[in-house]
Amino acid sequence: MSKFQVMSKRIMAPEVTRLEVQAPRVARKAQAGQFVMVRFDERGERIPLTIAEADPEKGTIAIVFQAVGHSTREMAKLAVGESLANMLGPLGQPTEVRRYGRVVCAAGGVGIAFIYPEIKAFAEAGNEVISILAARTKELLFYVDEIRELSSELHLATDDGSLGHHGLVTDVLRGLLEQGEHYDYCIAIGPIPMMKATAELTKEYGLPTLVSLDPIMVDGTGMCGGCRVTVGGEVKFACVDGPGFDGHLVDFEELTKRKRTFREEEERCRLEEAADELEEESER
Amino acid sequence: MAKESETVSKKGKVAPRNPLPRRDPKERVRDFEEVALGFDEEAARAEARRCLQCKRPTCVEGCPVGVDIPGFILALAEERFAEAVRVLKDRNNLPGICGRVCPQETQCEKVCVVSRRGEPVAIGALERFVAAWEGEHMPEAGVPGFGTEVPKDRDKRAGDTLLSYELKHRGARGPKVGVIGSGPGGLTAAAELARYGYRVTIFESLHAAGGVLRYGIPEFRLPREILDREVEYVKGLGVEIETDVLVGKTVTLEELREEEGFEAFFVGTGAGLPWFLGIPGENLAGVYSANEFLTRINLMKAYRFPEYRTPVRVGKRTAVIGGGNTALDSARCAQRMGSEATLLYRRTRAEMPARAEEVENALEEGVALKELAVPVRMVGDEEGHVRGVECQRAELGEPDASGRRRPVPIEGSEFVVEADTVVVAVSTSPNPLLPKAEPRLRTRSDGRLVVDPETGETSVPGVFAGGDIANDAGTVIAAMGDGKRAAAAIHEYLQRKRGSGSQVP
Repeated sequence: MSKFQVMSKRIMAPEVTRLEVQAPRVARKAQAGQFVMVRFDERGERIPLTIAEADPEKGTIAIVFQAVGHSTREMAKLAVGESLANMLGPLGQPTEVRRYGRVVCAAGGVGIAFIYPEIKAFAEAGNEVISILAARTKELLFYVDEIRELSSELHLATDDGSLGHHGLVTDVLRGLLEQGEHYDYCIAIGPIPMMKATAELTKEYGLPTLVSLDPIMVDGTGMCGGCRVTVGGEVKFACVDGPGFDGHLVDFEELTKRKRTFREEEERCRLEEAADELEEESER
Repeated sequence: MAKESETVSKKGKVAPRNPLPRRDPKERVRDFEEVALGFDEEAARAEARRCLQCKRPTCVEGCPVGVDIPGFILALAEERFAEAVRVLKDRNNLPGICGRVCPQETQCEKVCVVSRRGEPVAIGALERFVAAWEGEHMPEAGVPGFGTEVPKDRDKRAGDTLLSYELKHRGARGPKVGVIGSGPGGLTAAAELARYGYRVTIFESLHAAGGVLRYGIPEFRLPREILDREVEYVKGLGVEIETDVLVGKTVTLEELREEEGFEAFFVGTGAGLPWFLGIPGENLAGVYSANEFLTRINLMKAYRFPEYRTPVRVGKRTAVIGGGNTALDSARCAQRMGSEATLLYRRTRAEMPARAEEVENALEEGVALKELAVPVRMVGDEEGHVRGVECQRAELGEPDASGRRRPVPIEGSEFVVEADTVVVAVSTSPNPLLPKAEPRLRTRSDGRLVVDPETGETSVPGVFAGGDIANDAGTVIAAMGDGKRAAAAIHEYLQRKRGSGSQVP
């Protein structure tokens, strides 16, 4: 069997794909909060992806990604039996899973895939997990049944109101907090604005909050420093010091700006792909 | 001696050194092809004949891996090229690399006796010539200790080289030794250990072997086909390379020992942790560590974006902070990508730690040098993108611990160097990842592993280390010297472990 072969593939939601990949060494060591660096092919870039699931017995891990950039669009086209060029991991610090008591887990968009292993780990450690999952529209919600299994309460929210609460994840959390619900710990994973808003909210309530960051990275091993983030006034490398950090201390502004570094290049890639597709169309 | 030396005539004059031809700066700055061109046979022969064939060759003492320099040069002078290959490779497994990136001017050439009367013998350029000759004429590298008859049952189709055949059939069945990191130290240790007959696996965290030779040194100084060839040579010795393994995370030394049967290790994980200056504005977009900038360009081939998918943003003006080889490499890459690069160095050209030859190359290519500039702040725009580096002018004061005169900033002398790309190339230190994951490995205050200076053995028995993780020499050849010594020490350790009677691993 070739290395990093795709063993199974599932479409979780429009544009969101789950690949189960052969990677025995990674599967054996993976813990909640860790990630892999993946390279699609010989010309590909290295991208960080959270390990959504790991099965040490089968020697596989699952990665879930939204086709938003060139690499993820290519990866979404992979078929079972094909392989990724490279996968390195597990990287980053595992989440410190403790028995806090009541843990509220809030995820937005593809962040649902990244919070799933956290929910599993915190539930297994004897916590009561309250989950809030949010997406733009109901088709973009996934892992709902799996997360419901592990949670004492499950709240859903959509931007368009197609399912659950009509609004944002923070609206739901605010509602719960205002009703007087008490939580001992919060985990928030999703787009930067969502994590930022959640951290601001929980700060008002003095609720410790873990966020998981995915800044620009090249190697994922502490070598390039591209992933530096300011946390509590100190510069940290997300790849080796994180990716999980205290949400009340993260400088989200700076992170947002740094993430925009290659915006033009991303756009150029997207345009070229579109042009290629048009060309293929016309040839047909 | 077969031919009389042509260096020193009776009047004691020294024949001029044959210059290593280089490509025109105007042409080479437009691509990533190699800058220096090698000697042809004639030039190599002529240069070889400048060697005095000293009875007590000081050059050999100046070489960290102890190459028989007069020996291979004599073979060259006598046009016995295959013999030159044999002599060189007896001590140096990676001559194509050393011939290009070794600082010969501070090592073998510095102590060359000819240099007392004129310019030293161009040992580096000759080494490079031998490696090139081998590549052209001896695809099945001649390696000492092996027969020259090609066995009849050798499977050419399986890609067996004479050497890999020899190793397979001689039976590299000795104990397993793990090598962590595939940089110059790791490759050398692995090659040596394979030649002792051990079963060697290199574990590399990146997707390609070579370490700093791959991610750090640009192609115009070390073409990738040269690096690839040297890596293939090491694999040809029977060494396995497993990429995508970060020892300490993917697997621990303990697991490799207990579960996979590795009996000894060489750790050559280098100095991969980039330093920043700790000044305001350093996290603005457009500010890279040299590691990031060079890794994007060299390892990921971002200079060929979008054919290769990793982007690198190089603006109109690039400011590179630092004065070492890495700073020069960064500036020269930026220049090749159409940017106007300026080096900001806090001392003057005379104190730059970079190789003099590379400083000259960079200046020829149009890189500007701003001396006595101490960065104090990076200036950005509303978008959070860097727009310049604010510096203070400095003057040189008393020498510091390094013996170089310390730059003393002058209050009120602030000026801004405009730049939309900034590369911080001040220094690196060892990546703490492995020492953190293996707490039994003792470290010094600077993050380097505590090792026995003779053998490279760490605080953990059976675990040896070399290169920048253990020493601060910071050169490819020093790492190779460490790898070589550690391999010998590992051989001794394993023999001792198996009982003194055993000769074969």
